[in-house]
Amino acid sequence: MSEINPALETFSQEVDELLTAMEDALLVLEATPDDADCINSIFRAMHTIKGSSGLFGFDDVVAFTHEAETVLDRVRNGERAIDAELVAVLLACKDHTAQIIQHFLFNEGEPLPEELQQQSQALIAQLTGQSATAGGMPSTQEEKTDHVEVDPNTSDSSDNWVISLAFKSDALRNGMDPLSFIRYLQTLGKITEVIVTMPTIPRIEDMEPEDCFLNFKIAFNSNADKKTIEDVFEFAEDDCDICILPPNSRQEHYLQLLANMPEDNLKRLGEMLIEIGALTEKEVANILHEQREEENEEPKPIGEMLLEKNILQQPVIEQALKKQESVKQKINKESNYIRVDAAKLGYLINLVGELVISGAAMRLMVDKHGLSDVDDVASTMSHLVEDIRDTALQLRMVQIGETFTRFQRVVHDVSKELGKQIQLQITGGESELDKTVVEKINDPLTHLVRNSLDHGIETPAERVRAGKPEKGTIQLNAYHDSGRIVIQISDDGQGLDSDRILAKAVDKGLVKPDQALSQSEIYNLIFEPGLSTKEEASNLSGRGVGMDVVRRNIEALRGSVSVDSELGQGTTVTIHLPLTLAIIDGFMVEAQKERYIIPLSMVEECVEMSSDEWQIDDVQHYVNLRGHVLPYLRLGDFFHKNKKHTPTQRESLVVVRFGEAKAGFVVDELHGENQTVIKPLGKLFENLNGIGGATVLGSGDVALILDVQGLIQHAKKRVNPALALSAAV
Amino acid sequence: MTAKAKKNDGVMCLSIMDDMTIYNAHSLKETLLGYCVPSTQELQLDLSAVAEIDSAGLQLLLSLKAEALKRGFTLRLLRHSEAVIEVFELLKLGTYFGDPIVFPANWKKS
Repeated sequence: MSEINPALETFSQEVDELLTAMEDALLVLEATPDDADCINSIFRAMHTIKGSSGLFGFDDVVAFTHEAETVLDRVRNGERAIDAELVAVLLACKDHTAQIIQHFLFNEGEPLPEELQQQSQALIAQLTGQSATAGGMPSTQEEKTDHVEVDPNTSDSSDNWVISLAFKSDALRNGMDPLSFIRYLQTLGKITEVIVTMPTIPRIEDMEPEDCFLNFKIAFNSNADKKTIEDVFEFAEDDCDICILPPNSRQEHYLQLLANMPEDNLKRLGEMLIEIGALTEKEVANILHEQREEENEEPKPIGEMLLEKNILQQPVIEQALKKQESVKQKINKESNYIRVDAAKLGYLINLVGELVISGAAMRLMVDKHGLSDVDDVASTMSHLVEDIRDTALQLRMVQIGETFTRFQRVVHDVSKELGKQIQLQITGGESELDKTVVEKINDPLTHLVRNSLDHGIETPAERVRAGKPEKGTIQLNAYHDSGRIVIQISDDGQGLDSDRILAKAVDKGLVKPDQALSQSEIYNLIFEPGLSTKEEASNLSGRGVGMDVVRRNIEALRGSVSVDSELGQGTTVTIHLPLTLAIIDGFMVEAQKERYIIPLSMVEECVEMSSDEWQIDDVQHYVNLRGHVLPYLRLGDFFHKNKKHTPTQRESLVVVRFGEAKAGFVVDELHGENQTVIKPLGKLFENLNGIGGATVLGSGDVALILDVQGLIQHAKKRVNPALALSAAV
Repeated sequence: MTAKAKKNDGVMCLSIMDDMTIYNAHSLKETLLGYCVPSTQELQLDLSAVAEIDSAGLQLLLSLKAEALKRGFTLRLLRHSEAVIEVFELLKLGTYFGDPIVFPANWKKS
């Protein structure tokens, strides 16, 4: 990347974003083919890439995206319908665009290789070949009925307002005289043409002469604005449907006003049109009322209704919508992002880490010298440091949603490849976690999703036979739980077969045949190396490597993974991850003169280790914590095997929880909360049991950060649950 | 009495003697309906005495014209009064009815 100049780097980032947006939009389109927003965003992607590529002289990219753009323009104009086939081709186009741009970015000046060129040709043929046939068919959408209605009136007498009045049958009885309104209208301008129609009038013998059957269509030449004209008919409002269509010259005027409208805040369509005078408040109120009245689940957009009702010409509405869209984008861009080099951010976080440490050092000094007047200042500062720490970490937080939506494509492609029908449901995408964690979780997640796709969900025929809906569902869910993020991947597929897993595990020598294992322990065997139950490996998964790698990757992030399943009903994989890798709130304890940090979020409670109350079993290492069996670990003994622990000291029991599991750590002293900057241990200590990292204390001493999860497991292993229970009762 | 009639070889000549407004629209309609019979070949309406005409009256004239077209007799409007002319002008109805309109000498355009 270092050889690429900054402009190109920006270009590559922009292309990345545009293509991602395009992919998202395409996938949405597959479900709702008429979504104009999506079509626009796809078009914009191709259009912008074409433009930027032109700047850098990537002619092949320009040529290719031009073809795609042309097709998309036709789609946008309703000349070509979106179907699954087109979406597939466009997805391929998206990938191909990314490929050729990659080629140019890394092989500057070299021509496009033959292979890519052929691919370009093939895709263009697919794009345009289809469009030729689609173009041959007369499109129904093209003949827009409203055009036919509007044009004869406006184009003949191009500068006239067109006022349509349809009086209701009670109008005369209510004392209205339509003629008087028209007479009054004359005072505002010149009536150039009137068409009187009586569309509902019966034969004269059945006609009720006191009913009103009159409709007027008036071509009216005036400089008055719409509001003034509308006011003429103010009294008739209840007895008459009034529609005032501005003249074409006005239309240009409106368009100009729209173009000049400041883009500082987002307005609603109605508001914009009132502001330029194209609509009156009354018209907007009416149309909104009507929109509410309609009992459809999805009400028609205002713009469409305005067109249908012939209140405003199409160009004005289109322009207003465009304006609205551009304001929206501008605001989005302005408010959402500042690009910051990740390295700068990393440096900032490091500095904040150092600040936290030296803040702690200062605190220590203040306490040591008993400077009470400095105390206030010091504590204000440590609050500030805490805030800075949180905000700095927040900077690195990204929503996991983006990672999740990427799987839409994976699911889309793979399910097609496998001939399965699978939909992906995403929830909790707004949960945030550290960017480095997000990046590292991507691979394991991909693997798990692919597993679900390949092994979990059955083929449609199998599903129907099992009495399940044809379409399988994979759910991605994320939520925060006690300072950690939980990610779940669940499917409603065939579930895990515990017998087969066990048989295979015995076969591989992972467990002994007579070993008694709980159901969940059996399921979690799938994370052991070399265990795959799939008889034959597909190209997606099933080679028996993978699940163990998944677990290793997640554990490297100080996370954990577990699986739960019900045969025939589905499988759920749950991943627990820390929110951040840099700084945590820690709880400092001391054992055998050595200080340890426990992540505060995992500490449940601290109690005195008094032997009679807790029924301490020193041999089995458990206590009876208010009726629950709690395995415990003497930290001093665990880390200093050869030192003999001195029982005279008063000890404390720190109860920690990780997921469902609990354990107690017996320590000599509690030091309380501490902001902990996590420093990774050197290569040499990477595989130390029970230690996840280290931190530097204010005094300059080093404290070890405990790997709570590992320690809990260790504590549990020492306890034989059956024995412990019987003794506790 | 809203109208006075003369009969002459299937040509009816009818003088409207009253205003053509919502207030008498009902009786006027009954009167006019009475002339919409098969024997009528031409119906002449003398409008010289119509001092006032409103939407209801206009509506009657329009529907009579429509009826005449359907039944195939001729409707001729004669001697339009100022009030009638004003409305016809306003709505550009002169050509629809197709009758010559004689502007009185003292016609002043409002």
